Amino acid sequence: MKPFGLAAILFAALAAGTAFAQSSGPIKLADVAELSGGGATVGNNWKNGIDLAVEEINAKGGILGRKIEVTHADSQSNPGVARAQVQKALDSEPYVLLGPGYSGSVKVTAPLVAEAGITQIMGGEAAELTQAGNKFLFRTSFGQQSSMPKVAKYINDEVKAKSVAVVWVNNDFGRGGRDVITKEFGGYGIKVAADISTEAGQADFAADVSKIKAANPDAVFIYLNEEESARILKELKRQGVTAPLIGETTLVGQKVIELAGDAANGARGHVGLTTDAPVELIKQFRDKFSKKYNYVPDHNGIKGYLAIYMIKATTEKMGKVDPKAFADTLHGLTIKAADEPGILMDVTFDQNGDIDRQGFLVEVVEGKQVVKQVLPKLH
Amino acid sequence: MSNLLDLLVAGLATGAIYAIVAVGFTLLWQTSQTINFAQGEFVMLPAFLMLAVMHAGAPFWLAIIIGILLSMLLLGLGFKMLLVDPMLRHGVLPLAIATMALAIGIKEAVKQFFSAEASPFPSIVPAGDLSIFGRVVSLQSLGVLVLAILAVVGLTALLNRTSLGHQMQAVAQNPTVARIIGIPVERMILLTFLINAFLVALASLLITPIYLAKFSSGEVLGQAAFIAAIVGGFNQVRGAIAGGLLIGVVDNLAAAYISTQYRAAVPMILLVVVILFRPQGLLGRPEERTV
Repeated sequence: MKPFGLAAILFAALAAGTAFAQSSGPIKLADVAELSGGGATVGNNWKNGIDLAVEEINAKGGILGRKIEVTHADSQSNPGVARAQVQKALDSEPYVLLGPGYSGSVKVTAPLVAEAGITQIMGGEAAELTQAGNKFLFRTSFGQQSSMPKVAKYINDEVKAKSVAVVWVNNDFGRGGRDVITKEFGGYGIKVAADISTEAGQADFAADVSKIKAANPDAVFIYLNEEESARILKELKRQGVTAPLIGETTLVGQKVIELAGDAANGARGHVGLTTDAPVELIKQFRDKFSKKYNYVPDHNGIKGYLAIYMIKATTEKMGKVDPKAFADTLHGLTIKAADEPGILMDVTFDQNGDIDRQGFLVEVVEGKQVVKQVLPKLH
Repeated sequence: MSNLLDLLVAGLATGAIYAIVAVGFTLLWQTSQTINFAQGEFVMLPAFLMLAVMHAGAPFWLAIIIGILLSMLLLGLGFKMLLVDPMLRHGVLPLAIATMALAIGIKEAVKQFFSAEASPFPSIVPAGDLSIFGRVVSLQSLGVLVLAILAVVGLTALLNRTSLGHQMQAVAQNPTVARIIGIPVERMILLTFLINAFLVALASLLITPIYLAKFSSGEVLGQAAFIAAIVGGFNQVRGAIAGGLLIGVVDNLAAAYISTQYRAAVPMILLVVVILFRPQGLLGRPEERTV
């Protein structure tokens, strides 16, 4: 009896294995991210978030019974390299393309991906990305057109600043943010005391900070990438600038706090996603991520994680793995955290691929992000 | 006006660091005709060595000492024996190209073993402000300036006031005659490599808290030091010092009054002008080609 039973089980397992491989292989995803270069913090968080979500989903049997397989390619934070990597990734016909995180890289790759009829879930936040009529592009976080009005309103209502120095990084991301916020300031009658453009990867901010000092504004709006944010915060402290420092996610992120140390204290920013959010599912995500990677993720880690759960929820809604119908299904879709805990917070995608979700206003207090206000979902 | 003063102080502080790096650059050139294009990476690496020692659990002060010693071992002795000695006999140009390769190698190795991301680095000067003549100056800027000046003064004293320094200068001026009068030429050359390694480690210690420890941070520094050395005078230590300070100040003024986009171009333009009108550099002396 015993040997026979064992053989039967073995046979059954073999047969099942073969059948599985024939009917459905793994779902293939391709990620192109900033794994090195100026955006390395962005890209590596994004990648780790993706890997964590994939591991979780695969451990529970995958999506519709199929495992996920994801490949990562390095854009070196360079739009030209990103384009080549995306082209290469498309050749392997992925179900969905993930990334890049930098807006400039998204801008040059999105037309390629759309042409291939494949959905792209990206990390870029520049306003213009979702305004070009691309039907395959989706955000994982707020675009500037959703976040900047909230920041401007905060600067007007709460900080009550009449003049603001605007420091921005001279790339698609920075210019986009600067254009939207400057327009918003105009609406409130807030004067731009100094309009300071800086370079990506800039190491020395002494000159920029002395320009801010000379302009003597009521507040400073800082819109740079993480490393540069840390450097300017240190320089602002060094030169004794005391005006309130306000920005977006990239000013108050975990990496910025780690790099800038004491100098980050007091910085405030609107954050669409933060691991310090008073949301139970986000706390659980943070614990899982920190346990796996030994560091606390920033918002890019959450974005990568969400991208995978967006794919899971959309695919389960369709009931099949269909790359062609994917984008149509995700447009207008509301995913509730109660149904899909991996999505962390209720979210709705509109026809442009922009998102509606609750946001947070945070301040760095003694090296920690502290959520001061919760800004609710619009619809 | 107050803005200008801030810019000058900040410019001198960065310029002083450029000067330290540029001095090492000229020392290597004078004693062994080495044009070290990896000098920027030489500044980047010691910070990572110190970070590694700190990760192993050592306190900051110990990490500094070990970091400086390691850097003298690797970037001084190792650099001379493994790269300069074998390459130099094939001429100045092959050696210069080999140092470019070394620069890429160091950068990629740091990226591989540490990370492509920036890391914070503690400052040896405490944070805080000092009031001088009613003006608030940060202790960090001041500390950087003071330490850099001390290093330069110490080095100049060593070169001009000690027998060792005189021997090194003799080697720089004419190695053949120096050998004839009994100066241990090889040992003197090695000494300049060790001094250069010490200087870059010091520069690393001063600049990294501001720029953050990052594999790519040597690119800007190496270029600035190179320009500083040429502008000041490649064959004079005091030229390199003047060049470093000048580039630091010019860079900051350009960023403030011209534009951030073109700031990197301004020192280059200065370099071109100096080469056209005063090829030996501002404080350098004309040099005759021996080959």
